Amino acid sequence: MSAFMTKSLKKVLGAVAVAAALAGASGAYAAGGAEHPKHVDFTFKGPFGTFDQGQLQRGYKVYKEVCANCHSATLMSFRNLGQKGGPFYDPKYKNPNDNPVVKAIAAEFEVPDIDTDTGEDITRPATPSDNFPEKYPNTYAAAAGNGGAIPPDLSVITKARHGGAEYIYSLLTGYVTPPKGLNVAPGQYYNPYMAGSLATQWDGDPHHVPVGGVLAMAPPLNQGAVTYDDGTPETVDNYAKDVSAFLQWAGDPHTTLRKKTGVAVLIYLFLFGGLTYAAYRQLWHGKH
Amino acid sequence: MSEHPSTYDPKTGVEKWLDKRLPIVRLAYDSFVDYPTPRNLNYWWTFGGILSVCLVIQIVTGIILAMHYVPHIDHAFASVERIMRDVNYGWLIRYVHANGASMFFFAVFIHMFRGLYYGSYKAPREVLWILGCIIFFLMIATAFMGYVLPWGQMSFHGAVVITNLIGSIPVIGGPILTWLQGGFAVDQPTLNRFFSLHYLLPFVIAGVVILHIWALHVTGQNNPAGVEIKSKEDTVPFTPYATVKDGLGIIIFLFLFAIFVFFLPNSLGHADNYIPANPLVTPAHIVPEWYLLPFYAILRAVPDKFLGVVAMFAAIAVLFILPWLDTSKVKSMRYRPVMRWFFVIFVVVCLALGWCGAQLPDTPVIPGLPSFNLIDGAFNSYLWLTRFLTLYYFAFFLVIMPWIGLKEEPLPVPASISEAILAEHAKKKG
Ligand code: HEC
Ligand code: HEM
Repeated sequence: MSAFMTKSLKKVLGAVAVAAALAGASGAYAAGGAEHPKHVDFTFKGPFGTFDQGQLQRGYKVYKEVCANCHSATLMSFRNLGQKGGPFYDPKYKNPNDNPVVKAIAAEFEVPDIDTDTGEDITRPATPSDNFPEKYPNTYAAAAGNGGAIPPDLSVITKARHGGAEYIYSLLTGYVTPPKGLNVAPGQYYNPYMAGSLATQWDGDPHHVPVGGVLAMAPPLNQGAVTYDDGTPETVDNYAKDVSAFLQWAGDPHTTLRKKTGVAVLIYLFLFGGLTYAAYRQLWHGKH
Repeated sequence: MSEHPSTYDPKTGVEKWLDKRLPIVRLAYDSFVDYPTPRNLNYWWTFGGILSVCLVIQIVTGIILAMHYVPHIDHAFASVERIMRDVNYGWLIRYVHANGASMFFFAVFIHMFRGLYYGSYKAPREVLWILGCIIFFLMIATAFMGYVLPWGQMSFHGAVVITNLIGSIPVIGGPILTWLQGGFAVDQPTLNRFFSLHYLLPFVIAGVVILHIWALHVTGQNNPAGVEIKSKEDTVPFTPYATVKDGLGIIIFLFLFAIFVFFLPNSLGHADNYIPANPLVTPAHIVPEWYLLPFYAILRAVPDKFLGVVAMFAAIAVLFILPWLDTSKVKSMRYRPVMRWFFVIFVVVCLALGWCGAQLPDTPVIPGLPSFNLIDGAFNSYLWLTRFLTLYYFAFFLVIMPWIGLKEEPLPVPASISEAILAEHAKKKG
């Protein structure tokens, strides 16, 4: 009886422990009323996935030519673009500050500075050690330029949204005409992937409020708007994928190194654990 | 164990000299080398060692983070990101620290459930248990203040919600709240003092851990049989036996830890905390970190805010008086056929409370099921589920523990640890 109880209890406890882990991990997320992001086969997915450097370069181009008209990414510095794993990394330039591509990219931006001779505020072309500049002098200016909405800084946007890169991709390609009965104010756009609650804007059946939300960003991507020089078709779908991959990298630039280190650490712990287990068996033989 | 005579034998002249003046090597030798350990400890006992490792990891990574972190509302968020991007291996330090807090709590929960199941809180280990409860409480305070430091949306609004609870205390609540926040809202003074306290408390924890281990070495370890050590046959020396076993437990734990740090570093956190704090925009759904969810659920289960705060603190306070609530003569629930099932239900209730803490109270538990209103909310809602779970949580300690202890007919308890081991061998063969 007691043996049976101990066994069944162990099973119950095992199941409980697994359930605990799952509940703990998923419990923190309560789903919002939005469409689940689309599935994309990004190369960086999974424990061994890495970034496709060509895709990161194209993604940077889309970011620079489209998104940067409204958004900033101030947590990034130009130097990051040329560091190992980055879009413009070149093994010839271990120090990304020396990388001519990175220097040229930085020089396309003006950053605020002070003239040391006169003490006046000036701007100068950026250098690799500068951060990406602010887009607007302050949040009021940002709101005034975008119909009252503030375009969020995109540095860590993939970490700040459930679904990460897949969410960005789905948002950029997910704009549809609003369903009949949904009142969308001028300057607002309906997107089923955007988190929100549309009950107050909905004239139809209150039990079937459309999922998604509205946002003040018009669909930013248009076919052919950005020129790709590597032959990749210039479609909205590709633009969206590439810029999402770029933002995924920008949000966590050391991802590849992290995963590689992780594999080595796990192998090490596995071997060390095996050895310790052998020692343990030997030592405790006959003791318990 | 107090009766265990010291067997340390200083060999060299230097050791002899030091031993006469400060017998610190003797203390270490008697505590971690020759210390008699029950032979029948199972792997649930390795979590003590695991927790010590966790504390060291948090302190070491924390001190390095503090070298780069800027406790200012305009710079905190960016400084954490700078650590992740520009400090050499800063991403590793920060992800270890952030996930380390989760791992720490995961381990402490198992450690506490272990103590609960095997009756490790019962005489003569009451003080040992209470010191553990103090550590747990300090851990909660430390983790809560640490979570505020990156100054993301959840940091800020979590701090607002939790500090405002103090304001619900009648009469004195308001002034205390202002004193705690350092002003009339969560702002720069709050962040600055939380950083100071977040740096301080882990060292207070380390101090209490020393007392905890001291108390442990006075009473000796409990064990799965729940009978005290009777003879030398019942024990093995700590080194090498427990060191190797604890070592194996620690390695397995670090394996799990590494999976999170290297492959799922943000899975235990909330995405909103990567949005810089903005007092003007409240997140749709403010939730604490997963390990605080059960207490958050209890807080929200009570309709009155102040009484909710009382219930939340009571949920921890009740642990302190546990040694005097259990009336059973038997320590280990191995030999308590009725109580063990109440224990299993208790574990499930704690997990369910955590689950409820992450839900919006008004959400139906079973969608589509017709419901009716009871007092202040739909019956088919997380609000009412949480209330029933909270009821069980307190009933477990205040009613079931004292009552079952008197009523239950325990199974025969082995006379000694050696006998328990022999019985188990016979069971395995037969
Ligand atoms: C014409 C200006 C403009 C351009 C160009 C633009 N955005 Fe936006 N974006 C906005 C504004 C304004 C918002 C804020 C919308 C709101 O909160 O209602 C926004 C919001 C967003 C959001 C946040 C959505 C959410 O979940 O809250 C993301 C992500 C985003 N933009 C990505 C991009 C990307 C990627 C590009 C480039 C392909 C881009 N944007 C180009 C103006 C722009
Ligand atoms: C009991 C041990 C500790 C626990 C449980 C703990 C917990 C936490 C948590 C939960 C965070 C927020 C992590 C995030 O989401 O970013 C944090 C941040 C931080 N902690 Fe600790 N901590 C401990 C010890 C320490 C110590 C000893 C120090 C300093 C000496 C320290 C310094 C910091 C700093 C600077 C941050 C902000 C950086 C960041 O957010 O990553 N911590 N801590």
